[in-house]
Amino acid sequence: MMRFDRLTPITLGCVLGAAVLLAALNLLTPAASAAHVPNFVISLVGKYLCYAILALAIDLVWGYAGILTLGHGAFFALGGYCMGMYLMRVIGARGVYADPILPDFMVFIGWKQLPWYWQGFDHFWFALPMTMLVPAVLAFAFGWFAFRSRVSGVYLSIITQALTYALMLAFFRNDMGFGGNNGMTDFKDIVGFPLNRESTATGLMLISAAVLSAAFLLARGMTRSRFGKVLIAVRDAESRTRFLGYRPESYKLVVWVVSAIIAGIGGALYVPQVGIINPSEFAPGNSIEAVIWVAVGGRGTLAGAILGAILVNLGKTWLTNAFPEFWLFAMGGLFILVTLFLPRGIIGLFMLRGGAARPEAAADNAPGAAAAESAARELAG
Amino acid sequence: MGLASREGCRPRRAFPRGFLVTLILALFLVLPGMARAQQDPFTDITATTADVEARGVTGLAISGNPRAAAVLDALRDGKLYAWKWPRPDPPLYIRTDKGYIDARTGDPVDAPALNNIRKVIVSDTVRAAIETAEGALDLFAKDPAARRKAAEALFLSADPGALPLIEKALVSEQDAGVARVLREAHAAALLKSGNGTEPDRLAAVHELANRADLQSRSLLQSLQDQPPSVAAAIATAIAGIDRKMELWGLAENVYYGISLGAVLLLAASGLAITFGVMGVINMAHGEMVMTGAYTTFVVQRLIAAFAPALDQFGLLIAVPAAFVVAGALGVLIERTLIRFLYGRPLETLLATWGLSLILQQAVRTIFGPTNQDVSSPAWMSGSIDLGGLTLTVNRLWIILFAILVLGALMAALRWGGLGRSIRAVTQNRRMAAAMGIRTPVIDALTFGLGSGIAGMAGVALSQIDNVSPNLGQNYIIDSFIVVVVGGVGNLWGTLVGAMLLGVVDKFVEPFAGAVLAKILVLVLLILFIQRRPGGLFPLKGRVAEA
Repeated sequence: MMRFDRLTPITLGCVLGAAVLLAALNLLTPAASAAHVPNFVISLVGKYLCYAILALAIDLVWGYAGILTLGHGAFFALGGYCMGMYLMRVIGARGVYADPILPDFMVFIGWKQLPWYWQGFDHFWFALPMTMLVPAVLAFAFGWFAFRSRVSGVYLSIITQALTYALMLAFFRNDMGFGGNNGMTDFKDIVGFPLNRESTATGLMLISAAVLSAAFLLARGMTRSRFGKVLIAVRDAESRTRFLGYRPESYKLVVWVVSAIIAGIGGALYVPQVGIINPSEFAPGNSIEAVIWVAVGGRGTLAGAILGAILVNLGKTWLTNAFPEFWLFAMGGLFILVTLFLPRGIIGLFMLRGGAARPEAAADNAPGAAAAESAARELAG
Repeated sequence: MGLASREGCRPRRAFPRGFLVTLILALFLVLPGMARAQQDPFTDITATTADVEARGVTGLAISGNPRAAAVLDALRDGKLYAWKWPRPDPPLYIRTDKGYIDARTGDPVDAPALNNIRKVIVSDTVRAAIETAEGALDLFAKDPAARRKAAEALFLSADPGALPLIEKALVSEQDAGVARVLREAHAAALLKSGNGTEPDRLAAVHELANRADLQSRSLLQSLQDQPPSVAAAIATAIAGIDRKMELWGLAENVYYGISLGAVLLLAASGLAITFGVMGVINMAHGEMVMTGAYTTFVVQRLIAAFAPALDQFGLLIAVPAAFVVAGALGVLIERTLIRFLYGRPLETLLATWGLSLILQQAVRTIFGPTNQDVSSPAWMSGSIDLGGLTLTVNRLWIILFAILVLGALMAALRWGGLGRSIRAVTQNRRMAAAMGIRTPVIDALTFGLGSGIAGMAGVALSQIDNVSPNLGQNYIIDSFIVVVVGGVGNLWGTLVGAMLLGVVDKFVEPFAGAVLAKILVLVLLILFIQRRPGGLFPLKGRVAEA
């Protein structure tokens, strides 16, 4: 356990330090200088930090509650849509159709009135809590049903995937009033700061780093607390925990909703930095990709999720530029190699010698060992 | 609907009215021997007034004269020549490439002096009459199918001018089916003519009500100014037809649902083995389906290149080929990947997802990202009409194929040697091993079997869907839903789940739209799993606890 304590300051230091350093190099050095960090790097880093927030949310439920979610992209995208609605409203009369109230796409499809669910989104103080509330409500409703009826394991994974798939299909529809296929874009400014100014981009990146750090501390606090200990017990032996008098579904529901809120905030920070939100963010593939970030970094370590998200996306950016054909091979290979040879992820590689006492460690450490395989098959029926 | 068809008739409105005269005159024509000499249709068609000429056309058609078809053809093509001057028994010529022939007998004759003959002019009225008459001539054809077709055409035109013709045909018609269509055509023409006694008309309305399709409905709806009793009969008839068509619509939806269900069943059968029996979450299952589809494409290409004679049998060759290719790929995957992940379903899910990405990209790199062109053999195209239903033949084959595949799979599991071993290993791995079954080999073969069936599904899907690298992606979620709804490890459940999902999907679609239907089905599924996590037919007893 001492090792994790060392990990926390290292993680916080790396995230905040790197963000501040990059921001300083971007703002304070002349453009011609060799040390200057160009703007696109800043927005790229901001994007990675948002991905890291999503990965953190996934690690919280997958690493500590054993819920493999294949639909967390839905909460991320919902947070993003709430922020997108705010950004859309503040465009006001500066849109192509210059309608002071209606966003361009609504004018385009011939709507005369703002739908009720768009009311209030012109205020930042309203939109910001919504980016957390909307994912939270969906997560609560979903989790309430799922955990109470004890849907777990692979079934839960497939239902989460179906959830985000259904949302994707719904948001593709024009008459939903969220811009349909094209989504929302052409944002102008956020709380008065023009989005095309570099200081705004740098500011958003710094805020993302701060939010990531805060979410990390929150998640760490949760998992270290008594609550977190029960959660781990639920993950490793749900029935036994239940027999000891705990209610696993309540623990799962709380961590599930908190995780959805964190993901929603990540999405809300993501949208102003990339400048667009559309239904493809709901694609099941995105959510599964986010799971592999966590797996690469190390499931159940929190710091690993952040590391994994940033490393994999760095690799993705580089590969899609250098060898676009090769990216899916690399991505697929990563899924296979990590599950076969690196079940504890990169962080786990360093932790392994300490012999972390997890019940499933025996199976994890010796993939393919005949005895373990046979025993596991027996369990799986 | 009724309005639209009335609009469609408008350009021809002048024509039937002109025929009222014709009708009455033609009625006289059929009376035996009456005024034959003066009213010879061969003379009438040479008339310079359009009405008389059209009457001649109809008369010729009803006469049953063997030369009628040839003469009408010649008239339409402007090759019919009449004697210019008055004379008894004027000759009639048809100009052919080789010279002139006698229109009445078809015998070649010496070319007449050009200043003695004139070309018979064809006006629009006459042209329309020729069309009706030529269709009607088939009423006396030898082939019952041709007669039926002619009768159907007459029904659709509902041309009062054809009444005498239909009556004449009715007298000699032997085939009951054709006679029914003829009576329907007669009823339509009679109602359209506005003549006939009230009982006759009521009988006609009754006839059309029995036919009960879109055409008879729009015809009934277009009738106006009817006596009260007839109007009431028409209203009842329309209501009855609507009810019948609703039933047909229902049946059609069921058919579409079953056909979608068959597709899902094919895609899910393999999954029922790998996921249902083995408990392996194979996210690359869709890519096995895709492999089968691409195998079909390659087989067709090879046949086109090396054995064009086998063109029609490409699909039959592709079925075993796809089974072997996808099955071999499945065995390979099991040996190199899946076997290290047994008992860790979540890791299996992630690893096989990665595999699916690799397979998709591999196919994209080899074949390109665009859709590949897979052809359908002749015996799989076309459609069958069944009452008010139109069944496409390729869908019928796929339903049949799905049932065959499921039946073969069940038989293999129950009676086959491999099937026995598979069941033994599933039920008690250690005991099976103790009895001498090599469980790792059975694992690999079971996975290969499931993958091979997915490959065969790909052959069927190549006939109705685009063969592209994303082919499998479209079916993977639905397949999992089917297996989960049906209950894991239960092939009958898979069948019921697939049909249920297909039919529900098609029934929700008409009033919710395709996308919303999909969402609704997904929501229903989520609720369903909440209620019955074990599927429709959950396993009971100790097996369920394991």
